[in-house]
Amino acid sequence: MLLEAPFTEDKIRALKVGDMVEITGVVFTGRDAVHTYLHQGGASPVDLSDGIIYHCGPVVVKEGGRWVVKAAGPTTSAREEPYQGDIIRKFRLRGVIGKGGMGPKTLAACRETGAVYLHAIGGAAQVLAEKVIAVEGVHLMEKFGSPEAIWVFRVARFPAVVTMDSHGNSLHARVLAESEAALGRVRQGA
Amino acid sequence: MESKVLQKNLLELIRRTSAELPDDVVRVIEKGWRREEAGSNAKYALKVVLDNIKLAKKKSQPLCQDTGTIICYAELPAWLPQAKFECAFEAAVVQATEVGYLRQNSVDSLTGKNSGNNLGPGSPSFHCSPAKGRALTARLILKGGGCENVGIQYSLPDGRVGAGRDLAGVRLCLLDAVHQAQGKGCGPGILGVCIGGDRGSGYVVSKEELFRPLDDVNPDPRLAKLEKQIMKDANELGIGPMGFGGSTTLLGCKITHRNRLPASFFVSVSYMCWAFRRNGIVLSESGKITRWLYDS
Ligand code: SF4
Repeated sequence: MLLEAPFTEDKIRALKVGDMVEITGVVFTGRDAVHTYLHQGGASPVDLSDGIIYHCGPVVVKEGGRWVVKAAGPTTSAREEPYQGDIIRKFRLRGVIGKGGMGPKTLAACRETGAVYLHAIGGAAQVLAEKVIAVEGVHLMEKFGSPEAIWVFRVARFPAVVTMDSHGNSLHARVLAESEAALGRVRQGA
Repeated sequence: MESKVLQKNLLELIRRTSAELPDDVVRVIEKGWRREEAGSNAKYALKVVLDNIKLAKKKSQPLCQDTGTIICYAELPAWLPQAKFECAFEAAVVQATEVGYLRQNSVDSLTGKNSGNNLGPGSPSFHCSPAKGRALTARLILKGGGCENVGIQYSLPDGRVGAGRDLAGVRLCLLDAVHQAQGKGCGPGILGVCIGGDRGSGYVVSKEELFRPLDDVNPDPRLAKLEKQIMKDANELGIGPMGFGGSTTLLGCKITHRNRLPASFFVSVSYMCWAFRRNGIVLSESGKITRWLYDS
């Protein structure tokens, strides 16, 4: 299903765990340095309200005066778990894209404010780079360097799966519990 | 062989390894995709993965932006001194980084500074041994951080896992390894396993095991049986691609063993992500690539 900007609370609240979405609109990259910075009270150079942050350290090069995205897969989200919940609340984020899922603090913030966690396909750097149709800006580049900067990406039909919704459901928690039960059964097996 | 020729061939090895997945890997991913239920998250994830494999090859670009730890296993013939080989390989790595086959991926552990060219203490990681004949064999794995982080080493007996010092205990360790990884290592994954050795050699050998073709059968019938069992059991855990749930959790399991001390019993597990970038070349003394170890 299509998830198109503007990312309003209604649209986000309508999403459920397991929904396969294609995101069209603007997303902001942000990884470790950006999360620490925002969490320590740093001002955001972009308006994040109703925005989506993407855990991604892209490879972007300048070709003929314009930015070209060479690779743009997700990085592991768990590292931002200590900060993400507070950042969602403070900046009124509507979505977080990453890989590997996040924990209970983020899930609680998603529920409170109406936000979701969108799982991109780990390793799919080329497919995902092609979904970035324009680079609309870059911020904090001097401070943090290219992979850690905030890149403003306009994306079209960027594929992801909702794995944590705004109703307290987490696919990660479910698969962990179910696989644990399965492990118990399989262990008895041989 | 001139250093320049050697370097050029090694650069091609790096390019191909970074951009093209070997056929044996693509086949098992396709098999998983066919098996997953229509409309499931698992099938969707594997479809994107397969599209990505095609696109990276077509564009000759890194399959995944994390181009990983550069691990090189070389069998060196008498005419090629190790220093000369390593020097040519390092030059090829620098060049591959410049043209974007490799990401700037090597960071000083004390200062956090990126060397910018993938060289530094321990990078790339070399494992050289003498060759039997006149040909040079160079094998390369690019092993990403996400999957390396979920690798694990057990010291048996292990109370948490309930594993004793026998093959039944090893089985429980391997199932635990898959379970604790969940989707975090960009599964579906491949396990390289060493039973025995010391803590260091165990991990080195476990990674070398990843060079076996995915569809081979272990020559040791006891290990062949265990590998088969693990594949069946792990795929019943329901973790699936990316940890989305599904029946494709593991694409391969390759196990070997080394002698151990009476006091130790290690099981070392290297987890490899679906972006299973490994290849190798055989080079003749005249500087010609006579064979690629994997078709892609
Ligand atoms: S674990 Fe593998 S596929 Fe995933 S990001 Fe790392 S290198 Fe890429």
